[in-house]
Amino acid sequence: MFRATLKSLLARKVRLILSGLAVVLGVMFVSGAFVLTDTLGRSFDSVFADGFSEIDVNVAAKPKVQVDEMEGEQTAAPLPAAVVDRVKQVPGVASATGIVNADGARVIGSNGKVITSFGPPQLGENWIGETDLMQLREGRAPQAEDEIVLNKALATAAKVQVGQKVGVLTAFESKKRDFTLVGIMGYSGDRDSIGGVNEVFFTTPVAQRLMLGEPDTFSSITLRAADGVSDERLRDDLARTLGADFEVKTGKQVAADASAGLKEGLSFFNKILLGFAAVALLVGTFLILNTFSIIVAQRTRELALMRAIGASGRQIIGSVVLEAIAVGLIASVLGLAAGIGVGALLAFLFGKLAGGLTLAGIGVPAAAVIGSFGVGLVITVVAALLPALRASRIPPIAAMQDVATPDRPLTKITVAGSVVTGIGALLLFLGLSGNAGGQTLSTILGGVLFAFIGVALLTPLISRPVVSLLGAIFSWSVPGQLGRLNSGRNPRRTAITAAALMVGIALVTGVTVILDSAKGSISALAQDTIKAELVISGQQGGPRPPSFDPGVLDRAKALPGVQLVDGEYGDMARINGEGTWVAASSDVASLRQIFGAKATAGDIDRLGPTQMLASSDTAKSRGWSVGSTVNVQLTRGEARTYTISGIYESSQLTNPVTLPATAAKDFAIPQPIQGFIQLAPGARVADVQPQVEALLADSPEVSVADRDAFIQQQMSSLDGLLTMIQILLALAIVIAVLGIVNTLALSVLERTRELGLLRAIGLRRGQTMGMITVEAVVISVFGALLGVAVGSGLGAAVVEALKDEGITDLILPWGQMGVFLGLAAIIGVVAAVLPAVRAARINVLGAIAHD
Amino acid sequence: MTATVGQQAQAAARANDVWKVYGSGEAQVIALRGVSAEFERGRFTAIMGPSGSGKSTLMHCLAGLDSVTRGTVSIGATTVTGLGDSGLTKLRRDKVGFIFQQFNLLPTLTAKENILLPLSIAGRKPDPAWYDTVIKTVGLQDRLDHRPAQLSGGQQQRVACARALVSRPDVIFADEPTGNLDSRSGAEVLGFLRNSVREHGQTIVMVTHDPTAAAYADRVVFLADGQIVSELIEPTADTVLDTMKKLDTPAEVGN
Repeated sequence: MFRATLKSLLARKVRLILSGLAVVLGVMFVSGAFVLTDTLGRSFDSVFADGFSEIDVNVAAKPKVQVDEMEGEQTAAPLPAAVVDRVKQVPGVASATGIVNADGARVIGSNGKVITSFGPPQLGENWIGETDLMQLREGRAPQAEDEIVLNKALATAAKVQVGQKVGVLTAFESKKRDFTLVGIMGYSGDRDSIGGVNEVFFTTPVAQRLMLGEPDTFSSITLRAADGVSDERLRDDLARTLGADFEVKTGKQVAADASAGLKEGLSFFNKILLGFAAVALLVGTFLILNTFSIIVAQRTRELALMRAIGASGRQIIGSVVLEAIAVGLIASVLGLAAGIGVGALLAFLFGKLAGGLTLAGIGVPAAAVIGSFGVGLVITVVAALLPALRASRIPPIAAMQDVATPDRPLTKITVAGSVVTGIGALLLFLGLSGNAGGQTLSTILGGVLFAFIGVALLTPLISRPVVSLLGAIFSWSVPGQLGRLNSGRNPRRTAITAAALMVGIALVTGVTVILDSAKGSISALAQDTIKAELVISGQQGGPRPPSFDPGVLDRAKALPGVQLVDGEYGDMARINGEGTWVAASSDVASLRQIFGAKATAGDIDRLGPTQMLASSDTAKSRGWSVGSTVNVQLTRGEARTYTISGIYESSQLTNPVTLPATAAKDFAIPQPIQGFIQLAPGARVADVQPQVEALLADSPEVSVADRDAFIQQQMSSLDGLLTMIQILLALAIVIAVLGIVNTLALSVLERTRELGLLRAIGLRRGQTMGMITVEAVVISVFGALLGVAVGSGLGAAVVEALKDEGITDLILPWGQMGVFLGLAAIIGVVAAVLPAVRAARINVLGAIAHD
Repeated sequence: MTATVGQQAQAAARANDVWKVYGSGEAQVIALRGVSAEFERGRFTAIMGPSGSGKSTLMHCLAGLDSVTRGTVSIGATTVTGLGDSGLTKLRRDKVGFIFQQFNLLPTLTAKENILLPLSIAGRKPDPAWYDTVIKTVGLQDRLDHRPAQLSGGQQQRVACARALVSRPDVIFADEPTGNLDSRSGAEVLGFLRNSVREHGQTIVMVTHDPTAAAYADRVVFLADGQIVSELIEPTADTVLDTMKKLDTPAEVGN
């Protein structure tokens, strides 16, 4: 029995390759995701282990506001220099060095543009001399206030040489300051940087002033333990001596923590890749189900024979499932291998993009192997179960006669489809209306999954009228008519093939509807709300948003034709112990006028140094009213008490909380990140814009744009997201195309005798190919039509649910939907090529004699 | 009408007042009308009749491939009527063998693998001596590693016969075994079936419409309009043909 199964599998290997390919692609995503995150994770580990290799114990102040990886960077509070002396007194300390090390040192390259980072920080540090790890490659150490050393990677990127003047923006000065480059350093092992980090080294006082904002402070203290004192013991001694305000860690711990932070970001990336794997596998399930159904139908006689000579129903199920296991295993092996390749490639690209991350060797974690085989096998076997059950119901008598297989009525499948679609709709409703109790995302995803399966089950019923209508377009020719009839011949098969295409197109359409609606709604709101003709902002590349010199705001205000100027600062803070995004405004009165804000309570036109404004939503949820006092802890400085002096009406564009500009000095980025300029009546944008531009000459990270350009620019991140999703979902569509090729190829095989007959009575080769092509086009356009309809429905449901979040306009991408339908027609033609050629080549005589 | 022959202690297969009705209302077709027959052990019985007489239906019902509308069917001591799927599966494994008109070999397996397939499905080991005997009898010694496509029609049918014989079933049902063969190959297959009855005591029930084929049998049972109308013992091609001719003229039948 086992041998019979394997042999029959081998005989039909070509047929199974196409369906197996879908599993291969899905598994590839799964293993690729794991390989990528594992490789990058180990690379980070080794980078940080290296970077902290000369530190036995590290002392830092507790951060005032805990920020996790997804929200931004953690900024440590500065340590007073006196702590260094205190630490030196602790027995067991061989040496203690105060370190300045903070993000935000941005070098202006020889082309006048700021060198950006796509992830690694841009550190400004104090030069503490050469070590085994850090060596000067050229020049000397910085000695004067205006001297700096760059790491080799940064110097290369900026195209600057020793002796040149180099402009640098620092954490506390977003205005260009010129330094002389006196040296270039690198790391042991001929590395130009560690982990692609850009570094600028100043003298200690300059680094303290420009990177930490206060003289005589450090970011951390690094210690070496005396001989015979273990790192752990020294750490514990120090922790006891210094008390709870300090974080004392061994070098290894610091490295592990730093790496863990980045890995958390990676796990998010991992989830996205696994999400796409899920989509690919869902489509693959349809494909395998279909292939196995067709194969079982073709093998009816063979399976009946097995039954006649004594095989039990269970053995038949076993043989089909065994076949599925074999296909699943092979596909998993191939998918795993392809995934390792893809993971390695992505890791390589990531390393390059991140500025030369030294990659650890490509590894295959156990999760990749288990995930690949688990997913590949389970999906294939689950998809084959239904056909296997059907196979077991073939009566043995079918071995002796052609048992007429009457069209089974679609009642059962339609009822099942309605029920499943109903469950999906219910889950979606629960998830979207926020009644899913903490499980919102999984409820929504479950709802989408059920909806897809339900619609797929309903598809046979829908397919009859729709396919016949679509086919009517081609009915003017005989081959067209035949193709149309063929595509309506087996509604189940047509339906499941089309449903596979539906999934991909529905997801793309749904996401497009949501993002377009969001974009449209927010742009419309911004157009309506923002009464500023000019906006100063920059494109954010790395974790730190671009900022500019606050002096620009005052100078802009003084320009002729400018009426109002508002600079906006932002940061994560803790208010009454709860993490909240806070903004600060340079001029709240201008802010009110530019954003047309309405006060719901109190006064929002002025803000004293200890006063604070809140949005109506925030005030409501926190139970604040005018006169409430709150405790605010910013990134730097001590916690302070603010009094709520006014409450403004919430909209999509309002910040939860607005602080006075004086608070911004304790923000992680103490410079404005956006500036809004309203012109006086009669002043022309074209006149004022160049003057503002001139003011920004020393703040090259930002530029000034008119309002429409600014809104566009803000929305461009959504466009990028959309493009990425579309590219990844295109894969689901490619798999679905494989499904169409598969179905047609099997249909052609099945109808060999019939095709031979048609050829014998005079159908030309071209007409035969035309017939097959029409069938393919009808199926694929039907799938696209379903996808567009289901996707619009899902998108509209989500948009409806987000009405309260400010997505008020439902925007259906008609143009894009048209493109999908057109694309589907082309897909149909392409998918038909091979089966059509095969059909046209059928040997007429052989086909008629074909059994 | 009841077949009268078959006085031995126990029949290998027996039909008792079997009715088979397909469809209902206007489309109702009565394929068998109260057929009772016994098929003795160790004999080669042919079932004959014109197209539509119900001969294939009778065989399908006897073999448990089709259910009966009324009456009972038994094979050996087993009552087939009313058996569930697992009971029928066991019956097919242990008691029944089939030979088909279309040979029905698995194209992917070699001749030997096809022959041993029923045993391997049942999870049994072949009896080597019996296996050798079967192979020798069908004359396939040097064709065992060939696939069906590499064999002639006669050879394929001999493989199918060997497949039916190798598990030593109580009864082999053969459905027009020579229908797809030229007369020489057909004669070979039939001669070989007759030998397996004579030399090894195999019981065979064969449906055919070919008088020459029927002449190889020990006994021929004639069906018309779903009823047994006649039978011959030790038939020759001529006596069979004569009986068939009478059946073709309805006036002379119908009692």
